[in-house]
Amino acid sequence: MSDLPDGIRPLTPEEAQTRRKRSLAIALTLGALVILFFVLTIAKLGPQVLQRPL
Amino acid sequence: MTTLSNSVTADTHSFAPAVGGEVRDFFALLKPRVMVLVIFTALVGMVVSDATVNPVIAAISLLMIAVGAGASGCLNMWWDADIDALMTRTAKRPIPDGRIRPDEALSFGIVLSVGSVLILGLASNWLAAGLLAFTIVFYAVIYSMWLKRATAQNIVIGGAAGALPPVVGQAAVTGHVGIESLILFAIIFIWTPPHFWALALVKSGEYAKAGIPMMPNVAGPDSTRRQIVWYTLLLAPLGLAPVFFGFGGWLYALIGVLGGLGMLAGAVQVFRLREGESERKAAMGLFAFSILYLFLLFSALLAEQGLGLYRAVVV
Repeated sequence: MSDLPDGIRPLTPEEAQTRRKRSLAIALTLGALVILFFVLTIAKLGPQVLQRPL
Repeated sequence: MTTLSNSVTADTHSFAPAVGGEVRDFFALLKPRVMVLVIFTALVGMVVSDATVNPVIAAISLLMIAVGAGASGCLNMWWDADIDALMTRTAKRPIPDGRIRPDEALSFGIVLSVGSVLILGLASNWLAAGLLAFTIVFYAVIYSMWLKRATAQNIVIGGAAGALPPVVGQAAVTGHVGIESLILFAIIFIWTPPHFWALALVKSGEYAKAGIPMMPNVAGPDSTRRQIVWYTLLLAPLGLAPVFFGFGGWLYALIGVLGGLGMLAGAVQVFRLREGESERKAAMGLFAFSILYLFLLFSALLAEQGLGLYRAVVV
């Protein structure tokens, strides 16, 4: 791999899989946080947030 | 040093870019079994509070209390990696086993600590968030970094960290700390020494190897046995306090009396049997029963207050 610095070898398939799984876990956690903040905001504001004059 | 790329054999003279640990190893850093206990006791702290709270907010609060507890467990494993490597019970944990680098664990623990406290504050209130932050600091800094290696009273004082979740739970749903959660705190706090010392009697050799001043190593097994009996004599009546304060009913009273007698019987056995296999069996018996005792006490409160089974005991 010519684009890697000297002394750094490419990842083995096992290492690449480990990194992929970890990236996926981080993505899922971030997605869960988005949902958590959305749900929390709705819960804090209450149902009346949907009943406002247009 | 054990590296994370042990499987690499093709080119041993060059380094792989930082790969990091497996997801399951990060999960193991959170001490999932302890997290389950924390969720359980914090939930009971919420339920006995008789508060009207949005269930979504209560669930998010509970999740953050669990994540905060996991974060403190992670920081504990980061700090204790050197002594964990010396004991068979802990040698296979992710850091001493080389599956996760210490700096990864430290970053993970700090991010989760700060995140859980902030989200708990936003979801419920800042009293609960402050109490959670105090719990994390108490466990990771006061207990892990100081008490554990300094005094035989380590798990007595450090037990406060394990006893705080019901208090945080009550604060999260009510905004204050009431007598109910303080009683639950006291029960777990007094329960901790006989529970841990029973195990320490059996594992004293391991603790000695790691240089941890557990009570049997410092004061000797006989003194530890006496102290187990004293703490259990305190615990058995204290376990009935919820009945006298009106939030434990008949079911709780029954379990409290029978469980308290069981604890006393176990402690007396540990005190009496001091030789051979019977000594080990008595200690492990008390250790196992103490878990069942606490679980049943809290389950009774959950059933009575959460499922409406509460029937007052007239005292």
